[in-house]
Amino acid sequence: MSELPGDLQYTSDHEWLRREDDGTVTIGITDHAQAALGDLVYVELPEVHQDVEAGSDMAVVESVKAASDVYAPISGTVVAVNDALTDDPEAINNDPYGDGWIVRLEPSGDEGDLLSPDAYQALLDDIDS
Amino acid sequence: MPFIPHTDDDTREMLEAIGAKSIDDLFDEIPPELKIDSLDGIPEAMSEMEITRLMRDRAARDGAALCFIGAGAYEHHIPQAVWDIATRGEYYSAYTPYQAEASQGTLQTIYEYQSMITELTGLDVSNASLYDGASGLAEAALMTVRSNRKAKSRQVLLAPGVNPTYCKVAMAIAGSQGLTFDYLAMDAATGTLDFGALDDSAEPVAVVIQQPTFLGTLEDVDRLTDWAHARGAFVIAVANPTSLAVLKAPGHWGEEGADIACGDGQPLGVPLSSGGPYFGYMTCKQQHVRQMPGRIIGRTTDLEGKPGFALTLQAREQHIRRSKATSNICTNQGLMVTAATIYMSLLGSDGLAAVARQSASNTAKLVAGLTSIDGIERLFSGPAFHEVALKLDRPVGAVLEALAARGILGGYDLGADFPDVGDALLVCATETKTEADIDAYVGAMREIFSGSAA
Repeated sequence: MSELPGDLQYTSDHEWLRREDDGTVTIGITDHAQAALGDLVYVELPEVHQDVEAGSDMAVVESVKAASDVYAPISGTVVAVNDALTDDPEAINNDPYGDGWIVRLEPSGDEGDLLSPDAYQALLDDIDS
Repeated sequence: MPFIPHTDDDTREMLEAIGAKSIDDLFDEIPPELKIDSLDGIPEAMSEMEITRLMRDRAARDGAALCFIGAGAYEHHIPQAVWDIATRGEYYSAYTPYQAEASQGTLQTIYEYQSMITELTGLDVSNASLYDGASGLAEAALMTVRSNRKAKSRQVLLAPGVNPTYCKVAMAIAGSQGLTFDYLAMDAATGTLDFGALDDSAEPVAVVIQQPTFLGTLEDVDRLTDWAHARGAFVIAVANPTSLAVLKAPGHWGEEGADIACGDGQPLGVPLSSGGPYFGYMTCKQQHVRQMPGRIIGRTTDLEGKPGFALTLQAREQHIRRSKATSNICTNQGLMVTAATIYMSLLGSDGLAAVARQSASNTAKLVAGLTSIDGIERLFSGPAFHEVALKLDRPVGAVLEALAARGILGGYDLGADFPDVGDALLVCATETKTEADIDAYVGAMREIFSGSAA
């Protein structure tokens, strides 16, 4: 059973968002997503300063059994990427909501459908049943 | 895989089981307007007897003449053992097998091939092959767009000596994905890049350098590689693998080396065969491997710690990444690669270097003989490998016809691809040509130039 931090927002693509104090938004994939992918072996990160649109793909996470796109849940500009993942992609497996963060965006307004922890939990319960 | 026969009854029962009326029903999702009965320009079907006769006649015509044409495909001696081994039942398949449990020998052969090609090109990783050199360049160009993410441009600049056919194929394959291909200016005296004409404000995604050039000349690859890297561009090397036995490997060009090398593997044990099948090779630096197209075989250990071979980095490929795969290339020229691996194993690095040196020496002899004839001179100054462009004082077409009438394929007419150079002929004499062959060619040419034949 995945544990869901209550201070985050989620998407139906199994990504999470954290609103930082400086107005930026940190994005990663959920514990459910990392468990479904299995051991991660490679993460392809976007370029800093790159503009992304809500719903477009901005990163790729590759595991021993699959490669998946990470979509931008909101529009914005990439202000930071987690370079440590290049050498240690398994940080996503070990700490998906902490050291395993992927991208930090400066939001530009347009936001897709974001889920509360309860709504995302309901989605996970639906998948399990 | 054992043969499993099925009767008409079996087929009918299987169709019934899945609720289809006929085998055609299985393809009914293909829109009818896409199904065609005939293709323009393709003749009516012929019987097996007719086609065998036609092919035999054509093959006889191709094989009978003394061939001094290079221009991208080269006649080399192929030890008898190469195709004796390659056509054994254990190897005889065009496909790259993917079942590690059933294909260790073939997978190891491809692994050895990859090791040899990376050594020749001085780069870190090789794939299991591509269709040919031309499509290899297209794949390399697409790879730079994926891999060189700092570059916003989709412009690929080509050194003037890049095979014009490769450029056309690359445009056909990659043009629809927004890539443009533009040639850099040539120095008419040397037949190499005109460094004075380089635009330092250019921001290409990649620069393609062919060495030796299509015109047989040798480019200052170090200087051009460094120029490209200073612009943030990747460097794609196109190289004849035989030449790499004696020339500097692309991985060592300039300060940082070429990023990707590709080319046609035909000179490594694959016969000319009227134009194919050949195979393409591709190698790159380790950091670009995830953008590489095609299969890659890796060496690993099994549960008992024994060495074994398996496909690796498959997340790049279409069976996993679907439409986002690096390429739709997967299994392709496996049999040609098997032959090339055996060819390289039999020759060794010394043997391949001997082939390269003998070819260069034979071509130099041929050029010395031909340029002693009044009306023939070298088109470019500077060093060459095993191919040289000659300037004739008369139209090339008629000269080639007169030579063909004497049983000699005299070279490649450069007029169509390089209209600016005038009447020019590209000649090549590989190690397969004896002194008598070269004398025969020079003698025939002297006769044509002195008499009324031309």
